[in-house]
Amino acid sequence: MRKFTNMLKVMPIRADGRSKEELRELVIKAGVLKNAEGSAYVKMGNTVAVAGVYGPRELFPKFLQNPEKAHLKCRYNMAPFSTKDRKRPGQDRRSQEISKVVADALEAAIFTKEFPKVGIDIYIEILQGDAGTRCAGINAASVALADAGIPMRGLIAAVAAGKVDGDYVLDLTYNEEEKTKADIPVAYMPSMKKITLLQMDGDLSADDLKNVVNVAIKGCEKVYEAQVEALKNKYTAVL
Amino acid sequence: MMTISEGYVHELAEKGLRLDKRKFDEFRDVEIETNVIKSAEGSAQVKLGNTIVIAGIKMSVGEPFEDKPDEGVLMVGAELTPIADPDFEPGPPDIRSIEFARVVDRTVRESKMIDVKALKINEEAVWIVNVDLHVMNFDGNLIDAGNLAAVAALATAKMPKYENGKVNYDEKSGALPITAMPISVTTVKINGKLLIDPTKEEENAADARLTVSIKNDGNICSLQKGGTEGFTVEELDKMLLIAAEKQENLRAALK
Repeated sequence: MRKFTNMLKVMPIRADGRSKEELRELVIKAGVLKNAEGSAYVKMGNTVAVAGVYGPRELFPKFLQNPEKAHLKCRYNMAPFSTKDRKRPGQDRRSQEISKVVADALEAAIFTKEFPKVGIDIYIEILQGDAGTRCAGINAASVALADAGIPMRGLIAAVAAGKVDGDYVLDLTYNEEEKTKADIPVAYMPSMKKITLLQMDGDLSADDLKNVVNVAIKGCEKVYEAQVEALKNKYTAVL
Repeated sequence: MMTISEGYVHELAEKGLRLDKRKFDEFRDVEIETNVIKSAEGSAQVKLGNTIVIAGIKMSVGEPFEDKPDEGVLMVGAELTPIADPDFEPGPPDIRSIEFARVVDRTVRESKMIDVKALKINEEAVWIVNVDLHVMNFDGNLIDAGNLAAVAALATAKMPKYENGKVNYDEKSGALPITAMPISVTTVKINGKLLIDPTKEEENAADARLTVSIKNDGNICSLQKGGTEGFTVEELDKMLLIAAEKQENLRAALK
């Protein structure tokens, strides 16, 4: 009995049996679509995202062309069947905001100045949603950009963390997100040690916030390894 | 596109200077005037330097959301009308106004500023509180100005009377159930330097942006990062410190 309670202290068991700082089952595959120049599939537990990248290619409408750098367009989209209640198709305000912050998070990695006037299009489709969809989308898009051969400073990895019942926990599910004091998605570029996406809503002290961000960054580093592995796998498969 | 002013803002930042001669951690002059709109249940006009935002509160009675039957509804919207800037265009809200409205919405919502449970009237009816932000003149940092306007308007709003299933806008029944006061502080990174309360020129020149919203108990209730560059953990720590210190200035202006 004593042994058992000690174990609980060391590893508070989460509903799905994970420890506090453990990622959900993570599957990443590079190059999953034929038509897109780069693509990737990411599964984080029950959240599934697929990203496709086109470009660099000629950009229309022409007034968007920027003589200094490439124009990055990102569209985050949730499939109508990806949620418990059917999601009305199309871009709502939430999707538009996420598309913007995800584009910003990814642009930090891309050498956009190498490609003046052209466009790079990133399409993210969330096929199945169980929290952390923007993070799964970033993870997929980042691998898809690399798969498309777009020069990057590094891969961007993303995962959310939060505080549940006094513990800092990584990669929340929808049920955990409901209970959390705050849900904080973080995107991080390990090669530059830079945070490229940070959002939060909830109620946390500054110290708690810093701890949650640190847990998220450690998680991003693990995701990053899986991203690299996925890219390696694609090309070793060809050889 | 790098404009002349962008290059100049970068150069100045390098030397520790700003176009309007402010310090990096200094807000522009803040003016808050409440009850500026007679037809609204609550209103405020905030001037943050040359940025002017009006917040207006309209209240009505309606059905609660299905998944939250015991709560009233609070919604924040924003309009960047062409009157405010030569670059703003009429038409459906663009991504800039959507982000603006959603960040202010999250700050007000997550701080639990309004006790939405107290907005329930009976099983079928709840109060619906609409906060609309109207930008009249744009010179950067809409989020901090808009948040301040929304908070000032909500804090001074008077609820109309609800009698025999009808809203009587001519008679007031009291203030909204206020439980917290959130303040947001936006910092931008320009050429590696951290500057608060950016003007339009500074926003255009910024590499990254972070908005930190803080409640009166010191806790953080929302964060929003913007901009196409990242920042380090050390820079995040610095921005949190700056926000904790400088929110006091805006909080003082609210009183």
